[in-house]
Amino acid sequence: MPPDASLLDYLLRLADTDLVLAQRLGEWVGKGPVVEEDIASTNVGLDLLGQARMWYGYAGEVEARIAGTGRDEDAFAFRRDAHEFRNLLLVEQPNGDYADTLARQFLFDQWHLLLLRALSASADERVAGIAAKAAKEAAYHAERSADWVIRLGDGTDVSHARMQDAIDGLWMYTGEMFTAAPAGDPLAAAGIAVDPAMLKAPWDARVSAVLAEATLARPADGWMQKGGIAGVHTEHLGRLLAEMQFLQRAYPDAKW
Amino acid sequence: MSKEWPLWEVFIRSQHGLAHKHAGSLHAPDAAMAIRNARDVYTRRNEGVSIWVVRSADIVASSPGDREALFEPAQSKVYRHPTFFPMPDEVKHI
Amino acid sequence: MYAQMVDTGVRSVKDAAAMTPEEQAFQARIDADVKVEPKDWMPEHYRRTLIRQIQQHAHSEIVGMLPEGNWVTRAPTLKRKAILMAKIQDEGGHGLYLYSAAETLGVSRDDLIADLHAGRVKYSSIFNYPTLTWADIGAIGWLVDGAAIMNQVPLQRTSYGPYARAMVRICKEESFHQRQGYEIMMHLAQGTPEQKRMAQDALDRWWQPSLMMFGPPDADSVHSAQSMQWKIKLLSNDELRQRFVDQTVPQADYLGLTVPDPQLRWNAERGHYDFGPIDWREFYDVLKGNGPCNRDRIRTRVKAWEDGAWVREAAVAHAEKRAARKAA
Repeated sequence: MPPDASLLDYLLRLADTDLVLAQRLGEWVGKGPVVEEDIASTNVGLDLLGQARMWYGYAGEVEARIAGTGRDEDAFAFRRDAHEFRNLLLVEQPNGDYADTLARQFLFDQWHLLLLRALSASADERVAGIAAKAAKEAAYHAERSADWVIRLGDGTDVSHARMQDAIDGLWMYTGEMFTAAPAGDPLAAAGIAVDPAMLKAPWDARVSAVLAEATLARPADGWMQKGGIAGVHTEHLGRLLAEMQFLQRAYPDAKW
Repeated sequence: MSKEWPLWEVFIRSQHGLAHKHAGSLHAPDAAMAIRNARDVYTRRNEGVSIWVVRSADIVASSPGDREALFEPAQSKVYRHPTFFPMPDEVKHI
Repeated sequence: MYAQMVDTGVRSVKDAAAMTPEEQAFQARIDADVKVEPKDWMPEHYRRTLIRQIQQHAHSEIVGMLPEGNWVTRAPTLKRKAILMAKIQDEGGHGLYLYSAAETLGVSRDDLIADLHAGRVKYSSIFNYPTLTWADIGAIGWLVDGAAIMNQVPLQRTSYGPYARAMVRICKEESFHQRQGYEIMMHLAQGTPEQKRMAQDALDRWWQPSLMMFGPPDADSVHSAQSMQWKIKLLSNDELRQRFVDQTVPQADYLGLTVPDPQLRWNAERGHYDFGPIDWREFYDVLKGNGPCNRDRIRTRVKAWEDGAWVREAAVAHAEKRAARKAA
């Protein structure tokens, strides 16, 4: 893949992952366990949505460099089918109960923060700039979700069981976050992207520490699902997109 | 039987260097989460750079019945205000 | 408004002669625009009426998150999605501020929520109507928030300090809500024929329910006089409704939409719009629980609350463990 094509693909991975998770958090609006938490969780969703928009904006510019014209954020978000989405499988998993939602957030946030901090030093100034801004938001998310995992893990018997179940169930979607870049990846070589494999050790350390404090067992690294980065998703993404994209699909000529 | 999260009072210091000011209340299970919730509830529009929280139950307030005894005596001490001392127009910077 | 038909528990308004010395002093302070604060003496009816009014208002904000939440996942652009999420989040905040104001009167939020779930306390009739299309999100911002603001602005001067302060914060945050709704309507009204139809349809369905938000006509409004004497209601239902119509009709004209009222016309003599009768039977029915969404709204709230119970309990259990460890 030529460098700009790789970069476009990479930016869509970042953008799609943020958007799909923001969409999931949007499903909770008005239905959280307590109104304070509703407001807090929506803040996370809004941060991620904002980050997605920044990544899509840059992706459109990169696409224009390749093809002469680039799509805008809404064309990326609302006019691509599931197989064109590059998000992690983890974030498209359904909300489930609040433990599932928070466990998903926790596993993602710890990775996301490491990734964004590393990308803040990207050789691509635009990537570095967006990552630096997003990293501040992600730091708060990472602390918040870790704290919730500890509270629910070390809360009541019920919450402990639910949180353990959530972590266990989602664990097989975490491997994809660390899939090594293919040999000769021009982005890694140019110092634009981060080799995800390098994030594994610090993520492990952080996640293990939080799980220990939460009195939760860290699942063994068994079989890991993958495919999101290549556009091969779980069944959940198709439905998520069908709902999200409805208006743009039903009224293709309309401006909103 | 569920226990209600205790109530906290939130005080926010704005960017302009003024003292912390009462912003409102919220519920949280402990101080750490009260701070976080206060951030999400009361500073979504750049309202603050610092947050204090205190359990509502720990606030000690003066009693309305003591209002006269507490506050009226100050009304007769007008000499505490600069306007009590008229200055001639010719005198500047005072 | 968000608090419609608040029962004051009194049959007639007392004049000064019939008041106890305490009540006289209390009324004198209200007449002098001195705020009543939580620890001040207040008539029991005043306290109970306020609790009822503030909690109706709070519940309306919380239930009001649902009809709009219905479109968060289907918002047509990323920008609209972000705005809508932020707006609904504000409504959660407003509910929270108002619950807090009610709590200063010696009730707990859990009790208030239990009242809502058991149907002992109402919320605004408006939130029992469905959001069927994206245009309804525009119409809610434009009409429903517009109607709400009419009532909330004067409530910033209400006699009870914590309530007034909550309203100040709410009005400040609320100011973008109506504009974003109108902006949605502008895009639709200037859009494709299908979008324009969507906008007109939304106005057709939301117009009457919006007028009902101000509550029954003054002549049928038994509790208004007492509430006005206590300054927990500052303008009459009909006064507010007229203001709303006068302000909104030109806005509809600008959009090129037709207000669904054949009797609507400018009355130069009065300096106001005349408008047709409102179907008050529908209003009372919706309040009674027979609106299109009453059952869904309450079920959704109850489910959210019950599903969240183990989360809230765990948070308390953990906080207790932390505190015990710190003490040890």
